Order: sequence, then structure tokens, then C-alpha cells
Amino acid sequence: MKTETVEEVAAIDNRPAPVPFELGLGRLSEPLVGRAIELIWREAQLLDDKDYEAWQTLYMKDGKYVIPVDPDTEDFESSLNMVYDDARMRHMRVTRLVQGYSMSAVAAARTSRTISRFTVEEITENTVTLRSAQVLVGFKRDKFQMLGADLTHRIRFTGDDARIELKLIRLVNSDSAVNASGFLL
Amino acid sequence: MTSPTSEKAGGFAGLAEGDRVAAQLYTDPEIFDWEMEKIFYSTWVWVAHESEIPDAGSFKMSHIGLQPVIVNRDRKGNFNVLLNRCRHRGASVCEVPKGKANGFTCPYHSWSYSLEGNLRGIPYPDGYEGVTEKRDLPLQRLRVESYNGLIFASFKTDIEPLEDFLGDAKIWIDRFMKQGAGFPVKVQGEHKFRFNGNWKIQLENTTDGYHFPIVHRSWMASVDAETADMLSFMTDESAVTHALGNGHSVAIMVPEHVDLEEDDGTEELQERFRHIIDELSETMPQDQVRRIVRSMHGAGYNLNLFPNLSLSMSFFRVLRPISVNETEIQHMALGLDGGPESVNRERLRIHEHFQGPFGFGTSDDSEAWDRVQRGAVANPDMPILVNRGLGREVTVDEGWKTSHVTDETGMRESYAMWKRMMSDEN
Ligand code: FES
Ligand SMILES: [Fe+2]
Repeated sequence: MKTETVEEVAAIDNRPAPVPFELGLGRLSEPLVGRAIELIWREAQLLDDKDYEAWQTLYMKDGKYVIPVDPDTEDFESSLNMVYDDARMRHMRVTRLVQGYSMSAVAAARTSRTISRFTVEEITENTVTLRSAQVLVGFKRDKFQMLGADLTHRIRFTGDDARIELKLIRLVNSDSAVNASGFLL
Repeated sequence: MTSPTSEKAGGFAGLAEGDRVAAQLYTDPEIFDWEMEKIFYSTWVWVAHESEIPDAGSFKMSHIGLQPVIVNRDRKGNFNVLLNRCRHRGASVCEVPKGKANGFTCPYHSWSYSLEGNLRGIPYPDGYEGVTEKRDLPLQRLRVESYNGLIFASFKTDIEPLEDFLGDAKIWIDRFMKQGAGFPVKVQGEHKFRFNGNWKIQLENTTDGYHFPIVHRSWMASVDAETADMLSFMTDESAVTHALGNGHSVAIMVPEHVDLEEDDGTEELQERFRHIIDELSETMPQDQVRRIVRSMHGAGYNLNLFPNLSLSMSFFRVLRPISVNETEIQHMALGLDGGPESVNRERLRIHEHFQGPFGFGTSDDSEAWDRVQRGAVANPDMPILVNRGLGREVTVDEGWKTSHVTDETGMRESYAMWKRMMSDEN
């Protein structure tokens, strides 16, 4: 069958027609979005500096930090994750990373990460949810390592304050072999 | 393959002397090639747990040594292990890690195979008239046997029955599965990671109680006092390792949890599980609640099944050799099939805490194993020592060589099997 439009292509195997792309939304220039991006980049810098104690303060008390295994799951509670941290687990994790007893943390790679390709998922009165792409380069014992991930951050604003309510890290290789690293994403 | 080089004249036996092994066992690519041949392609190798392929048509991709296989359950309920290699020109017929299928169709020229591996269809068959019979070209099928949910396969057609190979390890497999607390055990997710080291470094680690408080100090510091206390086996004389024969061994870390069905009622349930205890108590009798909660951390031991599977307290640890200095590990989290949702979730959280690439334990193990590989290239003629506890090793009534859980009895058992298999002439 000959097709002339994407709608016709989708119709061949009963897929829904694509949603037309909206140009010029301009939401990236909204003040809350700008502040959210600034916070995300600040977080990235603290992680590359391995300043985990300061990093921890960026999170809401009931905030979640999640690295799932299953690339599609939304039900993190009932699935196996690489990381599924609430405040308690995050605190223990930071303690472990800075205490000096964990040989993988002591020997962790130096990292440099870039976060870009921001898109706005949702803006409410006091939250902003952004998706982005992260490329991380690590260097340890003469070897480079690269990790790519799709990030989702939900930032909550309370007055002048902004904190991370959710950080979801979907590694491109999450359901394949992911090497132990000793650093955080 | 040709015969071992002159360097190893007299075979490989001289490289493993009981309480010490040559470091070349980690570093020599030629030894690695022979290990694939004489060990992985000659014995029973674990490929799947039955819960991973629950229905007719369920399949998963797996490996034996370096070779890709498909494990499936057919309509008769039988398990098949098929080489993942089309009989036409060799393409892999499946690249979906797990799922359900009626059969496998090669994407290259569409030869199609049944779940049993039979070649069902060849497109445009006239070119094959008088040249090829379909019945002569099934996917290669391996020997398959399963024991208590564990599916093993072998390339060797005349191999001894699986149960004979497992021998005394069977008792320990049976006890391990009791952590289902009356429910069947199921795989409920897996972590995969690789480390830059030889597969035997991981094989040794499963029954290495000696490293635990040192490598896992930061994990120990992060858990509640009751859990830390449960795993303080360093000076506990009843924490022992048994050599079970055929390379298998068991390291007992929590002696009171060896048989989870035995409960004298004196053990207090851990306070960290209070929410679970309260929830279950609403609908379940107290003894069943106790049974489930006492099993939460799994069985009280690590069982090492030569060459690639370990039943490690509450999870399966599977090793897959990639090359002489790279190994892939899977940590499969176990749960109660049909059991309470809250229990299975709690078990996932316990697993995440220690296991996986960002777990509090795995990352430090992985770093230690990398270090062994890096160090072992420094004068590979200097042996690796596995002699700890040799002086206090005894043979118990069951006939098992036994020593303390921090001793290297399990490793000596693995290397004795390694030596036997590697020196076997056939
Ligand atoms: S290679 Fe499989 S059909 Fe040709
Ligand atoms: Fe360990």
C-alpha cells in the first residue's frame, strides 16, 4: 500500500496518529523553569565534585532518588531498582560514600557530566518537571567510561526555596550490564 | 583445539596444588579457552530458574560459556535449551532477552523453528529439493534436566544425571528453597554488571567469609544492629564451610537459619520488619508470620554450585565468563510466588541495599575483584593462596571436609574439581 502521510503509515497497523508538534511553546523561558535548570546544573556540579553532603541538602525530605532497572516501569516500589532512595537511604548512602570505608568510593572515577536537551513536562503553581539528557564521562586507572541517561527532575518551589522532589535516572543500558562505579549519577 | 602448549606440558594439573593455584589461572587466555572446552562445554551449567519461563512458550536468552542459548518451556511443559544459531548461515534466531513465542523465525531468510527446535519452514523451498531435508536441520538441542526449579543444560550427551552431579548439594538446594515459606520461590528482578577479572575470582568469593567484615564495612555500618549482629560470624564457631564434592561447597553465615523450618521460638523477629509483622498478623496465624519473617534475609548460607551458580542467602548469583579478564554477574532477587506483596517489596529493598552496581555491597566486591586481576599479572608464577584453615579442617559425619566459614575450604573444593576436569583426557 502506498502512503503519503504519517497518519496513513500509522493506520496500517492501527497505531494512533501522531500528535502534531507544537512550535514556539516558549516555556523554557518561564522564570520557574530557569530556576529549575539552575538547580539541576548545580546538582550536577556537586556530584562531579563528589560533595555528597551538600548534594543531599538539595532534596526535599520526602524526595526520591531512583535508578530503575526496567526501562519502562513507573511502579518502582514493586520492581527491582539499582537505586530507590528515600531520605533515610540517601543519608546512609552519603555516609557510606564520604566515610572512607568503601573502597569503591575511595577509588571512584573522576567524572564530568553534561545535562542538556531540556524539555518541560509539566508546570504547576509550585512544581516544575523537566526531562533532560545526561552524558557522563568517567576516568579511572587509564580508562574512560561513558554513561548516558534520560533524566526526569521534579522540582518543588516553596517561597524562595527550590528542592528536588524526584530525580529519575533512566540509564540507556539499565537492563543490560551496568558496571559498579563508586560514584553517583 | 590443539593440545596444551609445552609451557603446560603434563597438562594443567600442576597449576592447582590443593592449597595454592597458579596466578596464570586468572591471566592466561589459553587456559581460559581450555576451561570453556573442558569445564563449561563438558558439565552441567545452570541456565534458568523455572519461574523465569512460567508458561507454555515462555523463553529467555542465556549462555553456556561463550555460547548463546535459548531456554524455553514448550506446550508439553518440557524445558528446551537450544543453541541460538540458525542452521542456514548462522544468524541468531532470537535477540529478545525474554518473552513468549510460538517458535523462532530467523530474520535473515526466514527459516522458522518450533519451540522444540525443529525446522518447520523454509521459504521458496524449491531450491532445496533433493539437497536438504528439514528434519536434518533442527536448532542444536542440549541435554536439559532440572532440580527443584533450577534448570541446567549440557553439551555433553553422555553426561551423568544432574542429580548425581549435584550430589550432596541437593540437600542444600532443598533447604534454600524453603525461604519461600510455603510459597514457591520466584525470580523477581535482576541486576547485571561486569568486572574486569577472571570468572574464578567470583567463584571463590561466594564462600569467602574472610572478606566480609573488611570489604563490607560500610554496608555493615548502614544496617540496623540486629542485621549486623546476625552477620557477625567471624568468631562464631558454628559458622562453618563444608566441601560437598564435585566442586560444590556451602558457607554457613547464619547457623540458626540453615533450616528455616526449624524454629524453637527463641529467636526474636527483627524490629525493622515491624510493619510487615503487623500487616501479616491481621490475616495470618502467628507461626506463619514468624515463618515468613524469619525467611526475609533468605537461607543462612551461600551454596556454591560449580561452575556458575550460587544460591546466596536470598538471591541467585550467576557468573558468565566473557574473556580471561572479564566476567558478567547477575544477581537475581527472589520473592514468594503468590506471597504477600509487602513481603516481596521488602525483599526487593533488602536486595537493592546490598546488591547491584549501586548497591552498598556489590560495588566494593567488584572493586576488590578488579584489584585481584590487576595484581595477579605481577609475577604470575607466584601462587594464589587458598590455604586458610587447612590446619583446622576436619571431616564431619556426612563425609564433608569442614572448616570455619572464614576458611578457604570451599575454594579448595572448587579448585580440586577444576583440576579434575582440566586434567581429564576426554
Ligand atoms: S541465516 Fe537464518 S535463515 Fe538464513
Ligand atoms: Fe562480598
